[in-house]
Parts: sequence; structure tokens; C-alpha cells
Amino acid sequence: MKYLSEYRDEEITQGYLQALRKEVTRPWTIMEICGGQTHSLVKNGILDMLPPGITMVHGPGCPVCVTPLSIIDEAIALAERPEVILCSFGDMLRVPGSSRSLLEAKARGADVCIVYSPLEAVQLAATNPDREVIFFAVGFETTAPANALSVVQAHKQNISNYSILASHVLVPPAMEAILSDPENKIDAFLAAGHVCTIMGMDEYDPIVEKYKVPIVVTGFEPVDLLQGIYMAVMQLEKGVAKLENQYARVVHRDGNKLAREAIGEVFDISDRTWRGIGEIPKSGYEVKDDYRKFNARLKFQLEKMVVKENEDCISGAIMKGLKKPFQCPNFGTKCKPEHPLGAPMVSSEGACAAYYQYAGMKEEVL
Amino acid sequence: MSTEVRPSIALNCPLPKLDFDVITMGHGSGGLLTHRLLESGVFNVLKNELLDQQHDGAIFHLEGKTAFTTDSYVISPLFFPGGNIGELAVNGSVNDLAMCGAIPQYLSLSFILEEGLPMTDFWDILLSIRQASERAGVKIVTGDTKVVEKGKGDGVFINTSGVGMIHPQANVHVNNIQAGDQIIVSGYVATHGVAVMSKRKGLEFETSIQSDTRAVNHMVKELLDQLGEDVRFLRDPTRGGVATVLNEIAQQRKLGITLKQTSIPIEEQVEGACELLGLDPIYVANEGIFIAVVPADKAEEALRILHLHEFGKQAAVIGEVVEDHPGKVVMLSRISGKRVVSMLTGEQLPRIC
Repeated sequence: MKYLSEYRDEEITQGYLQALRKEVTRPWTIMEICGGQTHSLVKNGILDMLPPGITMVHGPGCPVCVTPLSIIDEAIALAERPEVILCSFGDMLRVPGSSRSLLEAKARGADVCIVYSPLEAVQLAATNPDREVIFFAVGFETTAPANALSVVQAHKQNISNYSILASHVLVPPAMEAILSDPENKIDAFLAAGHVCTIMGMDEYDPIVEKYKVPIVVTGFEPVDLLQGIYMAVMQLEKGVAKLENQYARVVHRDGNKLAREAIGEVFDISDRTWRGIGEIPKSGYEVKDDYRKFNARLKFQLEKMVVKENEDCISGAIMKGLKKPFQCPNFGTKCKPEHPLGAPMVSSEGACAAYYQYAGMKEEVL
Repeated sequence: MSTEVRPSIALNCPLPKLDFDVITMGHGSGGLLTHRLLESGVFNVLKNELLDQQHDGAIFHLEGKTAFTTDSYVISPLFFPGGNIGELAVNGSVNDLAMCGAIPQYLSLSFILEEGLPMTDFWDILLSIRQASERAGVKIVTGDTKVVEKGKGDGVFINTSGVGMIHPQANVHVNNIQAGDQIIVSGYVATHGVAVMSKRKGLEFETSIQSDTRAVNHMVKELLDQLGEDVRFLRDPTRGGVATVLNEIAQQRKLGITLKQTSIPIEEQVEGACELLGLDPIYVANEGIFIAVVPADKAEEALRILHLHEFGKQAAVIGEVVEDHPGKVVMLSRISGKRVVSMLTGEQLPRIC
């Protein structure tokens, strides 16, 4: 496939692996931020091909994984109201809430509808004026522009039965939270290419500056990842910390202006609780007051739910890169995709799901 | 380009004059409307000497070892690029029999129709059932038609059961599989699943991908005629795709399987659609291909036989049965990394980003 096969080329990947073996003189720990990158690393078998000195740890960049239990419960509570059609992206459906998942709520009769774009949900609201259509707006900066656009569209078309349950999270504050953790062992980051496609790179300069940590904006294909790792290692070996762009074919320094404007029109930056990590200041988006009638939390007067996360799930340590999925005592035993303890086991970008699906249940299988 | 060709147009066979242009509850009442629907519709279209007897069941002789299978079809949409629920219902049961090493002979056909179904849809489904059964060389010998109230079905549900005599040279069983055996897939993977998905509500995308729904029994018979017991195992990778079938083999036989990603035949635009939707093609449903396990020294011959067949041109060896990692399927990625291919948990759901 043109423009993809080139980035999956065995010869080029082998070239980077050889170069890495030559350059690495001491152990380095590198975190890839995005769950899509984690899956690509595991799915392509890259983790086992890297020189032993390089340890990849998997970051919090899985929007499904970091959505707190309380918001899943809010979504389920909304979905179970008879007048509501709750629209969601597919991979939120299996995530366990405190008593059930959206998929189970659907099986019990809640009207839960998988959509591929929030604009479909707006359309659904237009064609079902007697129902309340709520879009479960989950995601990082990548999905925020389209979700914002759905609110703008609904506003323009005077669609009053559409609202969103926003659970947007932002990457840079999460990186800062990880770097400020006293247990942090991360030497360099591969930043998430797709997020930077929207937001550009400027937000990362202060992090590089403050924490003296190399950050390489990286893509998702094997060649992208190996080149990103190589660029990070070269910086580490030379003892420098810079912001570099491996994914230059997609990411521009100032990102996508139109998309950022759409975000700015509809969302304010807000504090946000991350599953397993806790509250991070200024790490999410909430619907602006100007668009309050499209904010499902206000429209349905949801009270802040206080719920207890499952203590058996170490997702926080996994997403901060402190532990690997194999190091969880419940991995593959009490926690499996069919009965997960936490979201990282069921999300298509979750680190635990990646290890379970592609690496088998025990490391020695490979 | 419209990818949906209605059988009534393709076969130049217009709908006969019936009292209603939609299915009504009366068509399932057992009375006059049912009688007319069956007479001018079902019996007339599917005509054969056993069905013509119009008994409560078909009466025929079977000799020797026989395979018997059943399956229900609830696909949505009813008409999809490259096929419809009718031919799927015939091909599915024909293929299940073929996978047992049988020569499919007779099928039963039961409809559950939803009130309000356009008569033209029913007619087109019926015509394609006839066409598919003729192509597969099977007869529909008994059946049933029920109608449910609007909202209690999804247009049409179909159940078919089938019987067929086991091929005299066949000995198809998972226990026959040995380490060293080669795994062959008879054609492009994931085509059917992606074709259907391209027309699912909310997911419509422009594509010319057509489902490959077809009966594979003739191709299987040629393999069995020439290779006999060396066709150690057969399975059609429908729901759950190739990955699920191979996991079942590995787990049942307690042997390992290694797969080579670059050997798996897939159409470029199907692969592209899977990339976009975040689906792994080895988990996507197929309807017109099968997996065969043969000894290593027969793999080339099996491929030669399949390549001669119009539906087997893309057949390829995709992997091998091994002693290592029993119960697990391990795939060599494009860049020669290794990954475990696990069982699919639930449905593949489209991802967020």
C-alpha cells in the first residue's frame, strides 16, 4: 500500500536496529506517549528486536484507559434514561464502570449507539427530535476538533436535543505529571504524532526546557517508531535535550490552525481526573459557558459521582510507565479482555490489551 | 458505480403478480395468502422432484457416511455489495458440509420474514437462493415460512440445514494434523466482512469491494479427489476470521502454529479499509474461502490444484504447524518481529483515533 508499505519496510527497520545497536552505550528508558504507538510496537514485535539497553515504557496516551470510572458511570446513567440515545465511539463500550459497562447497559435495554463521527450523532438528533441524543466525547486533542464542530453544527442548525458528555484530556499536563513523579525513570519521550498534528509542537518546548528531557514527535509505523527511538537515543548519548520532529510528513510546527480554532470556540481548559493517576490541573477540556446548553452534565444536572476505582487494577502505575502489564499479578488471570478489571485491558489502545493480544500471556511464549 | 445487482434484473425474471407488494401477517397464516406465496413463489422458483412432493418433509435415500449441518443467517444489510442473505444462506451450509469432507446434496430452507418486507426483496432473495443452489449443485428439498410482526425481525432471517455424503477418500479431522503440516488459505482474506461493513449504517464508505460469498464445494472436491486423506483438515474462516480458526486448531491439537504476515493474501483496497477502520484483517469474517491443512510434501500440489480453479487463484501457504508454543499462534510480522495472534474477544469495535 503506497505511503504505508514504505514505513513497514523490513530492510529500513533492520537498518535502524543495527544503528541503534551501534549507538547504545548504556541503558535508556523511553516512553511512547500514545497507545497507538504501544500497539504498533507490540504488534510488529519491535519490543523484542530492540537492543537490550533500550527499555520502552508505555504512556498514558489511551483516551479510553484514562477516562475515570465516575465519567463511565455518568455515561451509563445517562444512557439508561428512557429519552436518551447515547452515542459513543466503539471502544468505550467494553470499559467497565463500577457496576457494568455500556455494552452491558445496552444489553439491558439502554439505547447505546456506536458512531464513527460526532456529526453522525448530530444527524441522529435531527432525525429523532423526540429523543435526547448525547455524544460521549472522549479523547485527547485529536478528537476534540470534530467534537467541538458537532456542537457548533448543532448550534447553527438549532438542534436543541443534542449535547455532549465531555471527557477530553490533554497530553502535555500528563507528561508533566509523569516527570514530576519522584519515582519517574523516563529518560526521553516519543510524543504522539496525531496529537501534534492538531496542536503543533510549541507546547513541548517548555517541558524540554524545564525537565531537560528529549522529546521526539513520532509516528506510528515501524519505521517511524524506530527512527523516533533512534533520534531520542542519539540525543541521550550526546547528552542533549531537544524537541525534534520525526513525523514531519504529517506534523507542522504550528499544527492545524482551523482545528485549534474549533477547539477554542467550544472548549475551556479545565482540571480533569485521570483514571489511575488522579486529578491533574488544567489537563482537560470542558464545554464553554457560551455553549452550556450542549453540555450534558449541566443539561441533565448530573451530580459529581464519587466512586472507588478497583484496587486490584494497577492501571495508574502502568500508564505512568512504572510497571509493565506482565508485572501485574492479575494480568491474564483475574483480568482478561472478557472480564477486565480496568480499561487498559479492553481499549484498542490499552497497554494491557496490547500485551494480552500480541505478546501472549507469558513472555516466554515468544 | 452501483455494486448491488438485483437478481431479478440480472436473471431477467420479474416478480409474479401477487396480491400485496409487501409481506403481511397473512402470508404466514397458513391460509390462502401463504398458499399463493408458496405456490407462485417458493415452489415455483426452487422446483425439483423432492420439493414437488410437498410432504411435511423430504423423503430420500442416503448411503454411507453422511454429514449434517445447520446455520442461521441474520446479516444486515440484507443486500450487500456482491451478494445478499439468500445466497449467503445457501453457500454457508454448502461450505460447512464441504468442510466436513462431504459432497453437499440437500438443503432445508426456513424463512422468518418481518411484516412489511417488500415483496421485491423477498423475490430477489429467492432467485439468488435458486442461483446459488444451482451453482453449488444442491437441491432445496424442504422448508418453512413464518412471518413476525413489524419490529420483531430484521427484514429476513434464514435458516438452512444441509446433508451430504462424505467423499469416499476424505478423512478430515483436527486430530490428523501433524507438526510440519502446511496451512493453506484458498483466497483473499477479509473481503466479505469489509464489503458488508462498507454498507453498514453509519459507516458507508465509497468502495468497489464486493463480497466473495460463494460455494467452495467444487474446489474442495477437486482437492479431495486428488489428495484424499492428505487433506488433513478443512475449515471456513467465517466469524472471527482466519485468526480464530487457527487458534482453535492450535488449542484443540495442542500444537503451535506460525504464520507469516506477508504471505496472507489480501486485496489492497480491503487492506486499506481495514487500516482506516482499525480492524485486523485476520479477524474479519470471510464467506468464500477456506483453510486447508496438508502435509508439507503435498502443499505444492494442493496449491497447483487450487490455482487451476477460478476461485482459488490467490491460494497461498500462510503458515506451518509446529511443535513449539503449543496452543498458540505466532505471527512473523512484516518486519520479521514476532507477535502472538490471540482469540478474538467479542466483536472488533472501531477505535477512537
